[in-house]
Amino acid sequence: MTGDCTFKVFRGDQSGGELREYKVPVETGMVVLDAIHWIQAHAAPDLACRWNCKAARCGSCSAEINGRPKLMCKTRLDDFAQGEPITVRPMKAFPVMKDLVTDVKSNFAMAKKIPVFTPQAGAEWKWYQQDIDRVQEFRKCIQCFLCQDVCHVLREHNMHEVFAGPAFFVQTAALEMHPIDAVDRTPLLRQALGIGFCNITKCCTEVCPEDIHITDNAIIPLKERVVDRYYDPLLRLWRKIRGR
Amino acid sequence: MEKYERHQFDVIVIGAGGAGLRAAIESSALGAKTALVCKSLLGKAHTVMAEGGIAAALAHVDPQDNWQTHFRDTMKGGQFLNHWRMAQLHAQEAPDRVRELEQWGAVFDRTKDGRILQRAFGGHTWKRLAHVGDRTGLEMIRTLQDRGVHQGIDVFMECTVVGLLKDGDRVSGALAYWRETGRFVVFRAKAVVLATGGYGKAWKVTSNSWEYTGDGHALAYEAGAELIDMEFFQFHPTGMIWPPGVMGILITEAVRGEGGVLTNSNGERFMWKYLPENKRKEFAETPEEAQTWVEMVVAGKQTDARRPPELSTRDNVARAIYTEVKEGRGTPHGGVWLDISFQDAERVKKKLPSMYHQFKDLADVDITKQPMEVGPTAHYAMGGIRVDADSGAATVPGLFAAGECSGGMHGANRLGGNSLSDLVVFGRRAGMGAAEFAKQNGQWPAVDEIEIQNHVHRTIAPFERSGENPYTVHSALQDVMGKYVGIFRSENDLQEGLRELLSVRERIKNTHVEGSVMFNPGWHLARDLENLQVCAEATCQSATLRKESRGAHSRTDFPKEDPQLAKVNMCVKKSADGMTVSATPCPMMPEELRKLLQ
Repeated sequence: MTGDCTFKVFRGDQSGGELREYKVPVETGMVVLDAIHWIQAHAAPDLACRWNCKAARCGSCSAEINGRPKLMCKTRLDDFAQGEPITVRPMKAFPVMKDLVTDVKSNFAMAKKIPVFTPQAGAEWKWYQQDIDRVQEFRKCIQCFLCQDVCHVLREHNMHEVFAGPAFFVQTAALEMHPIDAVDRTPLLRQALGIGFCNITKCCTEVCPEDIHITDNAIIPLKERVVDRYYDPLLRLWRKIRGR
Repeated sequence: MEKYERHQFDVIVIGAGGAGLRAAIESSALGAKTALVCKSLLGKAHTVMAEGGIAAALAHVDPQDNWQTHFRDTMKGGQFLNHWRMAQLHAQEAPDRVRELEQWGAVFDRTKDGRILQRAFGGHTWKRLAHVGDRTGLEMIRTLQDRGVHQGIDVFMECTVVGLLKDGDRVSGALAYWRETGRFVVFRAKAVVLATGGYGKAWKVTSNSWEYTGDGHALAYEAGAELIDMEFFQFHPTGMIWPPGVMGILITEAVRGEGGVLTNSNGERFMWKYLPENKRKEFAETPEEAQTWVEMVVAGKQTDARRPPELSTRDNVARAIYTEVKEGRGTPHGGVWLDISFQDAERVKKKLPSMYHQFKDLADVDITKQPMEVGPTAHYAMGGIRVDADSGAATVPGLFAAGECSGGMHGANRLGGNSLSDLVVFGRRAGMGAAEFAKQNGQWPAVDEIEIQNHVHRTIAPFERSGENPYTVHSALQDVMGKYVGIFRSENDLQEGLRELLSVRERIKNTHVEGSVMFNPGWHLARDLENLQVCAEATCQSATLRKESRGAHSRTDFPKEDPQLAKVNMCVKKSADGMTVSATPCPMMPEELRKLLQ
């Protein structure tokens, strides 16, 4: 891709906005975030966007590029057809603050509801790589919230208050599968985190820039724990007999 | 109605990377009501970009390791300019801080017998870096973030501090604005901890993000504190150089720690040429010996083979690469080759997953099959706020600093892996120092309304005056620093650089921004540029005064070390006439530590 590329960037705030066009000169290997920076430096210094590392490590520059939730720093212009305009909008699942910046406070509030790592008393601080490979997969999460953005429970139904969303099932899975963590988060998953609302469409897994197998490795095993605990008919009978 | 939003805290911590988070956790644990104020969202600070590991003499892989050796390595790496007490505390306490991270939930890679694994890095005698693949910083920041949030620290995200407030000599709070709304916030505090990181944004080719504009350095300087060692800025030897958009993005030293080889366009493995004579015997003599070392590392075995020359200290490798390119032996895009493709592809992907994806996604290079093109990138400020080693106290009462914005710990050059350990060792100590100070000085200090007004006026001035786009001026500042205050320096260049910086200073005073105060990056930059300018000038002036080459500071006109200058730190202070820079004596090292260096 060479020459100029037309960008249509959302400009606006909570009260509304519009797509505005910018022509950006293209360089080899350029990513969408480079184009946004070019626009800031040359055409619209007040264009709001978040970014930090520029290397897909911090998860700040999430946006919807031609309708696809992506990190702007990782989306190359040569992935698009020459002459095709590129549209950049803020994440839809969160309220717009300004331009490409959204209000993601609900995520930080949700993170606070999940009990922090608590080691078993007297645990030996010794475990093997194979014991933590899975936990480390979850710990790769960069909190870009793209999985939250694409999840229809949040995106279409706006259930931020009662549904944690994929990012926080990943966080919970990392804790639950830690070799020596002592907290039982299964009741929480069922209630405050609302894991039952997820119907496993795997959209989250598809957009994860860290390639975390969110649905298969985090959500399904956690759902199984909830099912085993609360919906296993034999266990229910047993609990009834035992009176607890 | 009250004009500004106002808060009161025993301690406010500015900056939420590793040092700020650790300081806030400690201060809050000691009972001080603590706020954490940061420019980005929580968990996005630059610590997230730290890759290779955290240095601590745990002796899990090499049982010979101990704090004394770590201390010696750190002092040697810093060319003996480090504050001895900081280097000592750092080496002694780093293992406890790493274990503490594990107890708070960090999940480090393991040894075969189930303990925290450690890898080799430049300048470290033994394999010392606890790590999680090549995303150690992410693991650390997430661990601290979760701990801090659940401990009840009040976090003010996307809130930029523009000035410290003073009551007489003492710091009494800070003025900030919310990035979202542009509204000002007054913090009244008994103690303030600065943990704002570095100022790599003074250079165009840098591994640093937009946040790295030396805010803490400048806030402290404006409040009358001393900055030291500002001439020492680390250029990391291996940044990406192609394509243009990724220029400067960091390639972890762990690539070399895992056996990566540097060659020039002639295919020559050039690092042997650049090993300092007095250190040559610490490195492998032949490619075969280096290869044996790599194979033993991969197998997790002990070996008598010595390390490859690529694991020389960062200052030395950066100069070597610069020289190779300058003398015409560079790659097509003006760098050198870094190759790890001779190793097993699955192992490379496992140990360096981020590097693998970074090159594949951004540069179409498969590092398991092809070499990487690399060149130096502005990375880390050794210089910073002068602090008391034990408490993190700056030279202004009530002000504390930790992490990259503080000075002294790393001397003339920082060893890889010593930054993450620095953050937690001294973050904790600064948190303790600040909480203690708040307790000892229990009276609420006054905030000066006139001072607040002055900061407000200065901050909103770019809307009210006519002048240049701040992005243009930022670019000009970066050009000056790149041209005159880079890896190699000389009297003429530094003089010219200073002259040009002074003209940039005038342009910064006349930047103009459009739009509203709501989340306006141009406006944010206009204020941040003032901080960057303080740091750039301090670097240039300190570099002019140090007429020798030492660590990261290389003078073409004074290529040798001057033993007399080993005894002084350059100290920057604000005076009535502007910035003054003078040589101040290094603290005296006790005899028992001096012996460790022999």
